[in-house]
Amino acid sequence: MRKDFVPRRQTRRPRLGLVAVYAALVLGVAVTVFPLLYMASTSLKDQVYVLEVPPQLLPTNPTLDNFGAAWTSNHFSRYFLNSSIVALVTMALVLLLGSMMAHGLARYRFRGHRLVRALILFFMVMPAMSLLVPQFVLATRLGLLDSLAGVAIVHIAQGLPLATFILYGFMIGLPRELYEAALVDGAGAWRMYRSIALPLCRPALATVAILAFLGSWDEYVWALTIINSADQRTLPVGIAAFQGVHTSNWGLIFAASMIAVTPVIVLFALLQRHVIRGLTAGALKG
Amino acid sequence: MSGRLSRGGLVPYLFVLPGLAVLGVWLVFPLVSALQMSLHDWDIVPGSKSPFVGLDHYAQLVSDPLLLSTLANTVAYVIVTVAGQLALGLAAALGLESVRRGRVLLRTLYFVPVVTSWVVAALMFRYLFNSSSAGMVNHLLVSVLGIVGRPVPWLNEAGTAFIAIFALGIWKGVGFAMVLFIAALQAIPEELYDAAAIDGASRRRAIRSVTLPLLAPTIVMTAVMLTIGAFQVFIPVALITGGGPVHRTEVILTYLYDVAFRQLDFGYAGAISFALAGLVFAISQIQLRFMRQSALAG
Repeated sequence: MRKDFVPRRQTRRPRLGLVAVYAALVLGVAVTVFPLLYMASTSLKDQVYVLEVPPQLLPTNPTLDNFGAAWTSNHFSRYFLNSSIVALVTMALVLLLGSMMAHGLARYRFRGHRLVRALILFFMVMPAMSLLVPQFVLATRLGLLDSLAGVAIVHIAQGLPLATFILYGFMIGLPRELYEAALVDGAGAWRMYRSIALPLCRPALATVAILAFLGSWDEYVWALTIINSADQRTLPVGIAAFQGVHTSNWGLIFAASMIAVTPVIVLFALLQRHVIRGLTAGALKG
Repeated sequence: MSGRLSRGGLVPYLFVLPGLAVLGVWLVFPLVSALQMSLHDWDIVPGSKSPFVGLDHYAQLVSDPLLLSTLANTVAYVIVTVAGQLALGLAAALGLESVRRGRVLLRTLYFVPVVTSWVVAALMFRYLFNSSSAGMVNHLLVSVLGIVGRPVPWLNEAGTAFIAIFALGIWKGVGFAMVLFIAALQAIPEELYDAAAIDGASRRRAIRSVTLPLLAPTIVMTAVMLTIGAFQVFIPVALITGGGPVHRTEVILTYLYDVAFRQLDFGYAGAISFALAGLVFAISQIQLRFMRQSALAG
């Protein structure tokens, strides 16, 4: 069937002058991506050329030396591994605990229901850093100082309220008849969660997973506070420390940064809809 | 609502408790002990006595000149970056909604800074705003545009350092505001524009009398969310200036970090934490009230 036979509904939405709009949009995009492209270009420069006068947009003799040096020296591959472990554990546990809590709240009536919901809303608003000091004292007492487990457990606690909130909002909309049918089939409580609630929530779970992963991967302050030894650092802490040691070795710093940022940007490019939904989730409903 | 939920005896607790335990230990308990710390001269050596000082730390808040200047810096950051993100986010959203080709690609590119790590972004801006003539911003201003005569020593003075910090704050958040505005723009019913056209409204008039009024709730809500986020600024300051020179670019959270982990004054740090949390909660109440209002209206 030929598409052009279908008359396109003429829209009266105000459209601004096209050429001017494109020009402005492209200029805006240029300013937006310039810092990232310049970082990428700098990471390919020889140390000699990094603080050139005048600064050059493109490397004169592009080289991957910085990437090799960043990866092999300074525990950097270790930071990458640490961040991966912490972010994946955080993601898995936020998904599990958050979906269980959301299911409990969405499916059952129980004493304390309102209190649990209030708690979740409260900690969605509470600034994370205002609990930094007591969390540090607690981690010290529990012997979690300088450990990846200590980093992950607080990332989980930080991610859980919003994750539960998103999943609860989704699960409350699932039709009750599904559970009743399963009940007739003799399904237990766990099977209803596992085989009905979870599969139906897949889009929300994807959103929550990305949100938890990104939150943990980029988190800086808590990891900085409880990690002391160099080989326990996560990527953000490692990169910031890098900058402290190699003050003007920007080629090396940006090669390290590129290694940290690339997985996230690839993830974003592949799962755009979920990422945008996840990052704006708090905004859509209150 | 809860009338249609089932009673499950112990079962619901089994679902809720594991998560609740994590929240209890790592959020609720720290919240209580932060309050306790703020009322004591907290001694970090375990087992030693921490004398009760009542509200002294809260009184200290008001008389600490450094805290007042960090608060002023934070408010400046909030005003400039929130205004910048709203204006540019709205412009980008209106622009993207009026073109057809390349819309998805452009939107994606605008959103990339939002997913870029704060630490990496801060280091990037530090490099761009390098004080010598090797810095890209200086090069643009001096050699390309010829606006200033000599390279600006950006990070050596508070005023110019804030330009770099504000620029980062705006750059990082425009895409976020933009996607919220795009969603709101797409929710405006076509009929309203038809009606405006029939009444002979110009394009500009349609934007002013249809688009903007209907966007107002989203603009307010986005402003509140960005404000809450901006009050918690830490990384841009910590990594671009470190609060210097001599505390002149310090914001609330970098100062909190300094009080807690350099001066080891946990009691006073607790009071600062609560003051900030109180501020953030007050702002979020505005958001809540506003959302209730718009829910009633809609």
